[in-house]
Amino acid sequence: MSLGPYASFIVTSYALVAAVVLLLIVWIITDYRRQQARLKEIEASGVTRRSGRSAADI
Amino acid sequence: MKLTETLTDLANPTRFLALTARILPWLAGVTAILLAIGLYQSAMAPDDYQQGATVKIMFIHVPNAWLAMFVWGVMSVAALGTLVWRHPLADVAAKAAAPIGAAFTFLALVTGSLWGRPMWGTYWEWDARLTSVLILFLMYLGLMALWRAVEDPSRAARAAAVLTLVGAINIPIIKFSVDWWNTLHQPASVIRMGGSTLDKAFLWPLLVMAIAFSLLFVTLHLAAMRNEILRRRVRNLQMMQASQRAA
Repeated sequence: MSLGPYASFIVTSYALVAAVVLLLIVWIITDYRRQQARLKEIEASGVTRRSGRSAADI
Repeated sequence: MKLTETLTDLANPTRFLALTARILPWLAGVTAILLAIGLYQSAMAPDDYQQGATVKIMFIHVPNAWLAMFVWGVMSVAALGTLVWRHPLADVAAKAAAPIGAAFTFLALVTGSLWGRPMWGTYWEWDARLTSVLILFLMYLGLMALWRAVEDPSRAARAAAVLTLVGAINIPIIKFSVDWWNTLHQPASVIRMGGSTLDKAFLWPLLVMAIAFSLLFVTLHLAAMRNEILRRRVRNLQMMQASQRAA
């Protein structure tokens, strides 16, 4: 597969899309883990939801 | 009736979280498979007789451009959900969609620019299509800033919903800008009266990539909504913790 004289434009486009999509995925996974950790931390201090169920449970 | 019942069921965040936990792994799997197929088809697509291999940029530029507008559409429906139906998850959906929509809009702008340089001889032109998409990107950033600026989520939700509905005026302007004004950007060639003008060799990879990116959005959006629900639980528990300490 030859990309011709404008290969750098094509490769940069695909690389950039891959990087941004990867960044979005990593951000969402990290954010999820951070919220779960904060919920467990607060619950460990004795504060619970009115329903009595764990807030970190899904 | 069935849709109304489903929406009512999903108004319960706990039920929504249980549903996302079940379907997210499947959605992610199907998205990954479709992306792999789309990328393979894009790599194998022939060169265009005029554009050469740069036509391959279309397979990522067009899905991102479609999603840039589609996500704002989703946020507009969510805005109606906040202001009219007061659905408890509507503002969660809107807030979670904004950064993802901003990312797709950014990618549409940059890949378009990288496609434009070899084809038009310029990275940027202040024409109607490019400028209206840039305005869309700035509106996404503005919405994200608004969500951060107002501490109370329900107050922020109402302000963001109004801004989203006002900003929705820009969507038909983007879509029809190539018909209403003389622009450097080509007119619609996929969804148009009289059918697509694209050859099947380009149309199929493009459609597969468009479906793959749409599923990617659904997957990321559901995951981001789940995070937002958890963030609000953290906030509520922190407030309970603070009031217990004060008592």
